Order: sequence, then C-alpha cells, then structure tokens
Amino acid sequence: MDVEKLFESLRKVQELKGYYFNKDKAYVLELLSALILNKDRYGYMVCPCRLASGDREADRDILCPCVYREPDVKEYGSCYCGLYGSKEWRAGKVDVDYVPERRPPEKMGF
Amino acid sequence: MTDKPVKLYTLSTCSHCKSTKKFLNECTVQYEFVEVDLLEGEERKAILEDIKKLNPRCSFPTLIIGDEVIVGFKEKKIKEALGL
Repeated sequence: MDVEKLFESLRKVQELKGYYFNKDKAYVLELLSALILNKDRYGYMVCPCRLASGDREADRDILCPCVYREPDVKEYGSCYCGLYGSKEWRAGKVDVDYVPERRPPEKMGF
Repeated sequence: MTDKPVKLYTLSTCSHCKSTKKFLNECTVQYEFVEVDLLEGEERKAILEDIKKLNPRCSFPTLIIGDEVIVGFKEKKIKEALGL
C-alpha cells in the first residue's frame, strides 16, 4: 500500500468527520507507514502507539482510528498518538503537551 | 550528566517512543532499550510483567532513570531526571 495514497484517502474521509491530521506531514507519514506495517503484521491497522495482542477482537478498540480518539480530541485536542486532532489543534491554537493513555488496562489482550 | 542507569521500553512503531529515543540521543545519554512489539512468547510475557510493575497501564514509552519512572515522552521531566 502506498503511504501517500493512504494519506490522501484518510485525510478526505476524516476531515469530513472533523478530524485533521497533524500539521507535521513527516510525522503523519511515519505513523501511516507504521499502520501499513501493522496491517502486514497483524492483518489490521492497529494503533502504532499501543501494543497489539494480535487478536483482532481483543484489539478492536485500538483499530485506528481508535475509540479513544473522540474523547481525547475533545479533552486534549489530539489523539493519543498525535496523528489526528481538531481543526484548532492543527492550526496551532491548542497546546498539547501530552495525551495520557485512556485505554483501561484490563482491555489489554496480553 | 547523570550516572544513573537509564532504561527504555518502547514499541518500534510508536511516534512518542521515537521522539524519546531521539531526545536521549541528542542528550548523548547512554541507555538500554527494549522494543517490546518485536519480542515474542515467553520473552515478551516476562518483559510485560516487569513493565506492569513500573507502569500498570503498560503504555509506551516507559522510561526509567535511576528510581524514577517516566511514562510518555515528557521532555521536561526527562531533563530534570537526568540533571540537565
């Protein structure tokens, strides 16, 4: 899969939903390459910033975009990885230092 | 500069882990690191048990500087712990 193609297709779909890529394109491409790598490894695009169990059902909540993106963007401006965020965040109007892990430890399938 | 042991648990795919490594390299700090996603079976299990004791959420990066555990890429905290 071509990372630039993935970038364009996700950008279009996600912007319609109100989620914007990090303004640092190199950072985004690195994460998208990691998603492609995870797809090869596990068979699905699981969050590159979390340890996947390899069991799709157990990893369902961390398939990218993860279920924690919405509350994280609402509370902090960006998702846990810093891949997606709000329009204001992309414009540099929200200062995000650190987004803590919201996934409950008991959800980890390992 | 610190003479405390520095150990880092990372994922090979994680952006914050990469930033942490880059930062430690820039600080010319000697550190040990383990890329947990590249481990398998018993080895992975054993390392995860170690990490859980330090960081129950078992998130990455988990950085240990001496006795201090720093979860996530927190530049300021890392500098303080390193005495920079």
